[in-house]
Amino acid sequence: MPGGVRPRGPLWLITPSLIFLTALFAWPLVAGIGQALTGPGGFTLANVRRMLDDPYFWPAARNTALLIVVLIPLQFALAIAMALLLRARPRFAGVYFYIWVIPLAISDLAAGLVWLAVFTDRGYLNSALAHLQIDGYAWLSYQHPVTMFLAVVVAELWRSTSLVFVIVVAGMQSIPRDYDEAAAVFGASYWQRLRKVILPQLRPSLQVALILRTILALETFAVAQALTGRNLPLLVGETYQWYSVLQNPNVATAIALVILALSMLAAFGYLRALREPGGQP
Amino acid sequence: MKRTWGLQLACLAVTAFFGVPLYLIALAAFASRESLDRFPLSLLPTDVSAETITTFLGSTGVVGGYLNSLMVGLSTVVLALLVGVPAGYALARYAFRGRDPYQLFLLLTRALPIVVLSVPLARIFLQTGLYDTTYAVTLLHTALALPTTVLITSAVFVGVPREHEEAAQVFGASPVRAFARVVLPQALPGIAAVAMFTFVLSWNEVLGATILTLNQRTLPAHVLTTLSDSPLAYRFAGGLALVGPAIVFVAVMRRYLLNMWGTTLR
Repeated sequence: MPGGVRPRGPLWLITPSLIFLTALFAWPLVAGIGQALTGPGGFTLANVRRMLDDPYFWPAARNTALLIVVLIPLQFALAIAMALLLRARPRFAGVYFYIWVIPLAISDLAAGLVWLAVFTDRGYLNSALAHLQIDGYAWLSYQHPVTMFLAVVVAELWRSTSLVFVIVVAGMQSIPRDYDEAAAVFGASYWQRLRKVILPQLRPSLQVALILRTILALETFAVAQALTGRNLPLLVGETYQWYSVLQNPNVATAIALVILALSMLAAFGYLRALREPGGQP
Repeated sequence: MKRTWGLQLACLAVTAFFGVPLYLIALAAFASRESLDRFPLSLLPTDVSAETITTFLGSTGVVGGYLNSLMVGLSTVVLALLVGVPAGYALARYAFRGRDPYQLFLLLTRALPIVVLSVPLARIFLQTGLYDTTYAVTLLHTALALPTTVLITSAVFVGVPREHEEAAQVFGASPVRAFARVVLPQALPGIAAVAMFTFVLSWNEVLGATILTLNQRTLPAHVLTTLSDSPLAYRFAGGLALVGPAIVFVAVMRRYLLNMWGTTLR
């Protein structure tokens, strides 16, 4: 790879992308910080105060946090289980793989609409229950915050688990089967092999997936929007609300910066926690 | 024998979780209006009709949204490749000063949430006259896709043996000619995969597209903004319209998915 045939070559090749990304990332970022912290009379915290005083802000923050805490462990358990199933080389593995990765290309808005067809009052879930002579339930009613939240969790689980799954499968492919087989020869049970041989070697893949998914989960928006409207406020949904309905871009950017700060915090936190070799027994 | 049964059952359960909702949305979108009003809904395709989906396609803004989505997606692909492929090539072939900071910069931009960029960009675009155009959305989507484009194309170029390129140059081809005649054909399948990946990213992105436009909305942005005052049948048809291309995409891309997501996102 290294060669450096023409030392000036690479600079010309990467400069366009540098200019492009600086113009579209750094510039709006700086402009956004300015937008959130300035008012008509110069520097002000009024936008931040207005954001904090909004009755939707703290529920949105709480829901977003709760979503991450509930969704991500479930998602990782499911994705790892799915990858292990494929590793056992079932028949029709190709068909299974295809169906399991379809959500990879489905947007959160589309996923929200798909599950709306299932969970809505006269939707397919209640229809199925009716066929079984069971009374339906208003899953998405604002009177039932728990099932409303669970519906969003299920839809997100459906949509975004394939991403973790694909990363885990790719990670598993690079693990030599010999280790696993050697452990089996020496009498290790399936659980022992999973915990001592497979999972430790998957750690780099899991780390990537964890950072990526946490940042993306902080950005969850359209799923909740399609399923519940504003009844289940989330941080990004509030940005959208302030921007397009309340027409106040300053408060909208203030919320966006909170999301940015949380994303960065999550990324650094994971990198630190997972890089430390003594972090696990 | 018992173990393989358990394995198949588990696989079928997972497949049902992922497959049944897709079946149901198709069922809803291809049901007639009156059968959607009935309760309980039939779980079998007894009353197939194109009525719902054609009403959706015929309503204001949908065809325009499709065209805008298509325009934005294709321009994003072209722009991201024009800017990203040279950078990916540089990363793959040269050990230059600033290589590591550049890679770190790419990873950092990947982690920036779309929402942080969209609102300030809306103001910047308002001032520069780009607001409410497909160009504005294209620029945003290209910025979102570019880091991944560079990292994946770099992995693609690493896979093309350097010796082939050098051999061509030894036989008198200029570096540009060697690249165009020898490297590019070998890298083309990988680059095509990147292109499709970029298109899907653009096709699926909704928040930025909504914030940056008013009249030139892409299809997801249009569906999102009409969500609260549209009947359920319309929303189901919209759901299918957004899901459809995803299924085609995955069918075409199956071979590349693992390489793209698994190894190059480190």
